[in-house]
Amino acid sequence: MKELLHLIEKDATLTPDMLARMCNKDEGEIRTMIAEWERTGVILGRRTLIDWDRAGEETVRAMIEVKINHKGSYAYEKLASRIRNYPEVKSLYLMSGGYDFLVIVEGKSMKEVAFFVSDKLSSHEMVISTATHFVLNTYKENHVEFKIPAQDERISELL
Amino acid sequence: MIPYEDILSKRAQSLKPSGIRKFFDLLSSMEDVVALTVGQPDFITPWHIREAAIESLEGGHTYYTANAGMPELRRAIADYLHRRFNLSYDGRDEVIVTVGGSEAIDLALRAVLNPGDEVIIPMPSFVCYGPLTVLAGGVPVPIETKKEDGFKLTPEALRAAITERTKLLVLPFPNNPTGAIMTEEDLLAIADVLCGTNILILSDEIYAELTYGRRHVSIASIPDMYERTILVSGFSKAYAMTGWRLGYIAAPAPLAKEMLKLHQYALMCAPTASQFAALEATKNGDGDIEEMRAEYDRRRSFLLAGLGELGLPCFPAEGAFYLYPYIGGYGLSSEEFCERLLYEEGCAIVPGTAFGEVGEGYARISYAYSMHHLKEALVRIGNFLRKLEK
Repeated sequence: MKELLHLIEKDATLTPDMLARMCNKDEGEIRTMIAEWERTGVILGRRTLIDWDRAGEETVRAMIEVKINHKGSYAYEKLASRIRNYPEVKSLYLMSGGYDFLVIVEGKSMKEVAFFVSDKLSSHEMVISTATHFVLNTYKENHVEFKIPAQDERISELL
Repeated sequence: MIPYEDILSKRAQSLKPSGIRKFFDLLSSMEDVVALTVGQPDFITPWHIREAAIESLEGGHTYYTANAGMPELRRAIADYLHRRFNLSYDGRDEVIVTVGGSEAIDLALRAVLNPGDEVIIPMPSFVCYGPLTVLAGGVPVPIETKKEDGFKLTPEALRAAITERTKLLVLPFPNNPTGAIMTEEDLLAIADVLCGTNILILSDEIYAELTYGRRHVSIASIPDMYERTILVSGFSKAYAMTGWRLGYIAAPAPLAKEMLKLHQYALMCAPTASQFAALEATKNGDGDIEEMRAEYDRRRSFLLAGLGELGLPCFPAEGAFYLYPYIGGYGLSSEEFCERLLYEEGCAIVPGTAFGEVGEGYARISYAYSMHHLKEALVRIGNFLRKLEK
């Protein structure tokens, strides 16, 4: 039922009732599947994508490249389990290539983010270096373009 | 003052404008309307197809192409028809790239009709066939398709309509507005009637990719029908490319040759940038077609379930993106029903009479809209029906 997962991922407001009609399935069956996915961590949450700039609330986002001095899955797990706890950390990835972790951090100001990096990330004994890049503009996130949705331009009075 | 009525083409003036102008005038005057009226996809043309057109412009490809269309595109269309529908056409002299399926229909009629020739047109169907037949000097002969037949063309109805002046049968399936399809068995029965005659077929297959439950079968693939079939299709519905104006004809070379002449004189060639886009679409767009088709299918299921719950009987159409419920059971004409639904609940569906008198008692609901839009429409239709039932 990957089709169902794709539908829910794209639009979290689709109710089990709607999904049942769309996919010609029993509503109870859909509810059971969703509950099982939630229980096993396939479905991890439902969040709404907000353009905070357009909402009038300034936020600052940064992508921080983190290099560490230990290698191997034990070391990665150890540091990740520390970093993921911080509420400022929006996303955390283990990366291939020139650095080890990509940390996406959100704060009220560049200063706040910079202090978070120096106090909580760079200061950690496992961290060799960090490189902080601030997001200047968001064009697209989670497959959604950050622009005012287009009105339906289609004309009804054609044939 | 020039007396226009006296000097303009009588034939052109004889064509009637839309019979439900009043309905569309009301629609355009209202706000907060949940409309299910539009007959084109709500998807945007997939990016890789748009990109191909943009690159062609950046590359300076702004000249006319060959009249019949870029040779690579014609070959690609022939490959596509073979790959998707098991048809064999030679891209060199059996495929013409046209300005939309609309031009293809017009070319076919003008190339084939002599004055007074009859054209059998199953109704309800797309409103252009009759007027274009008249403009080409022909005589439209409508045949009503019936709900009890699944709105298919039956061999009996066809046989009854044939006269010695019948030149052409229009076969518009999958159908706008009913969503009806013709299966292989249905087409074999039609072929049986036409075998041995010189009656040609204009098969409008613009919705061929949008079938649910079974693949579309073209009449051109039925034995003995290839030689008499002018297959018309295009990119508008399958690839969400309505505004690009790109369609095609596939027909035996002698037929294509005549149509090409008309195309050359009237239009030179289809838009070049659109042809580049179409080339990309035919080569790499099979996945996009399937994604959109699957989404239409979900909407269709959703709408059928919803209409069923509201007690609105609806023929479970297997093609296009329309449902065609019977709304005649409330003592109102189609136009009255739809006008009141629009005015009182802010929901717009197209009165069946937009497609001719045979549409009386029916309405066309398009599901080229998002699921949430359809859900809201069902709420408003439900409110309206409850009011009528009181």
